[in-house]
Amino acid sequence: MDNQRLLVIEAGRAERHYWKDLWRYHELFYFLAWRDILVRYKQTVIGLAWALIRPFLTMVVFVVVFSKLAKLPSEGVPYPILVFAALLPWQFFSSAFSSAGDSLISNAGMISKVYFPRLVIPTSAVIVSFVDFLISGIILVGLMLWYGFAPDWRIITLPFFIFIAFAAAMGAGLWIAALNVKYRDMRYIIPFVVQFGLYVSPVGFSSAIVPEQWRLLYSLNPMVGVIDGFRWAILGGNTQLYWPGFLLSLFLVLVILVTGIVYFRKTEKTFADVI
Amino acid sequence: MSPVIAVENLSKKYIIGHQKQERYTTLRDVLANGAKRFAHKLIHPFAAPENDPTHEEFWALKDISFDIQQGDRVGIIGRNGAGKSTLLKILSRITEPTIGKVKIKGRVASLLEVGTGFHPELTGRENIFLNGAILGMSNAEIRKKFDEMVAFAEVEKFLDTPVKRYSSGMYVRLAFAVAAHLEPEVLVVDEVLAVGDAEFQKKCLGKMSEVGSEGRTVLFVSHNMNAIEQLCKAAMLLDRGEIRHFSADVREVVKEYLFGTHGGRTVGHWLNSGGEFSNPWFKPLKFQITDEQGNGIVMPVRNDQEIWVTLEAEITELDPALTIGYAIYTDDGTPLYWSYQTDGAEHKWPRLEKGTCTLRSKIPSRLFNEGDYRLELLGGLHYREWLFEPGKSVPSITLQIRGGLSDSPYWMVRRPGILAPALGWEVAR
Repeated sequence: MDNQRLLVIEAGRAERHYWKDLWRYHELFYFLAWRDILVRYKQTVIGLAWALIRPFLTMVVFVVVFSKLAKLPSEGVPYPILVFAALLPWQFFSSAFSSAGDSLISNAGMISKVYFPRLVIPTSAVIVSFVDFLISGIILVGLMLWYGFAPDWRIITLPFFIFIAFAAAMGAGLWIAALNVKYRDMRYIIPFVVQFGLYVSPVGFSSAIVPEQWRLLYSLNPMVGVIDGFRWAILGGNTQLYWPGFLLSLFLVLVILVTGIVYFRKTEKTFADVI
Repeated sequence: MSPVIAVENLSKKYIIGHQKQERYTTLRDVLANGAKRFAHKLIHPFAAPENDPTHEEFWALKDISFDIQQGDRVGIIGRNGAGKSTLLKILSRITEPTIGKVKIKGRVASLLEVGTGFHPELTGRENIFLNGAILGMSNAEIRKKFDEMVAFAEVEKFLDTPVKRYSSGMYVRLAFAVAAHLEPEVLVVDEVLAVGDAEFQKKCLGKMSEVGSEGRTVLFVSHNMNAIEQLCKAAMLLDRGEIRHFSADVREVVKEYLFGTHGGRTVGHWLNSGGEFSNPWFKPLKFQITDEQGNGIVMPVRNDQEIWVTLEAEITELDPALTIGYAIYTDDGTPLYWSYQTDGAEHKWPRLEKGTCTLRSKIPSRLFNEGDYRLELLGGLHYREWLFEPGKSVPSITLQIRGGLSDSPYWMVRRPGILAPALGWEVAR
């Protein structure tokens, strides 16, 4: 094979082969994600249905609390669809964030015994959550059929917003994964962020109810932009995208992603020593 | 020809914390320490920054340089903590060196543990693919070798059974089979042959020498001196992060490792240089070969001489489960036997008492052959924990036996065999 390839190992050397290596290990992404999915549903009674039941029940509770009890406005679409269009990206983000956060620690054995680009591990954790995201998308389709709700042309922009959601989950996931190796008290922060984030993100309600003067500030939460984008693409018609806020969120997502990759690359060399 | 692996001035530093066992920190501690240091600075603005007493630098490797040529099979030996694993981890890119440089030509595969990434819930078939991918094989490569791996591991019938139902032997066989079918230019292996039954170990050794004869380079760490001697063309002895000896004369290096006179271990007796080997139960002070009166003997001894293994220890805590003894090995590392003070009937055990206590046991005369033997101190709490575990950097001494093999005029020189007992013969009536 490539007999002439010379590998140089040196302190602090930026790995020139890194991105090439990442490609060489691209099958590992698939295998790790496949393992996690397979393991999760082995020895369960209803298997994959769990990926449907959880978001569905959460949606039901949100509809009852926010629509029936709090009587919040629904922007002219059935409230379950309003909630679910937001619940999809939020559940993707929160499960990607927490599983990426734990991923390095739970694969400590591999990290201290084999070399491969460490980026593979949190990324496959995010991929697993993405698969769940696609499965729970079925519920949304079901809801649309049930309520006879047809999306308009904007639905074709949805992949773009999915991409942003993916970037947000990756960025936050890389940060928390790398920090968790070094500082173990991160494991207390993860559930807190997930819970807190649910309250400060417009999952159960539309962000249109936030007073105009606060909306830019509200968009400092990158998930606000992601969720608004999802609603804009899925619900169509009456929903308006608050552009300054959306661009701010988009910018923050990119900042988190880029700094996440940089920080992860910087610390990953010491993972084997501290894990 | 330029070497396949060129190592230049390689060093690796670890920071070890004294207060806690964990290697990781918590954000809370970092913040607390930062605040403390800041307060200290406020109060004594001109004081020199304090050295953090809870952290100490530890150099696992110190300025190591060597070259390895293509097709070499190099055995790396040394006591625990000598830096063997650190060296392998740097070569396989798991961790980074602190100083220095390594140049490697070609692909490196490392096998530091058998079955890394194996998942108990997955079946044998699934685990082969997963483990192969982790070790760096492509899907196509695994498919191509799949049947060969399965045949090597002898698990055809259990391919679709979760590996949690495998016997430990099957598990190890499967794991090794995957790793053995990697085809890198450089293979780095750490102590994986210590597992599995004798039959399988033989198979592994065969596979490894096959790998070597195909022109690939193998680096092999083991405590099994037999395996090192059989498999390797050269050996490297590491001692406290430095290369003590690196030579193509494997036997010589192995001998230096087993009987080396450095590091405070002197032939025939071992003295505690201070606070070494403290544990809550006892602290060995002297471990030596003596005569009946307890005086040290100069090596070598004659085979018919009366000799005792004597341990002087300070016993600080009595425990009925406390067992003290020794293990004896031949010069190629084969264990001959273990012996404990509790080997007899319970009422005949020597009564240990707190304070300085001397335990001794007679070595049967005319049992061993001429040669060099190594004795390791053993100690533990029966079925609870090891205090002195065999093979793990414990006090050890050397026994050299020369002459005195028998009273017979027909038996003057060393005979083949590990043992050379002078047994009685008679005519049956």
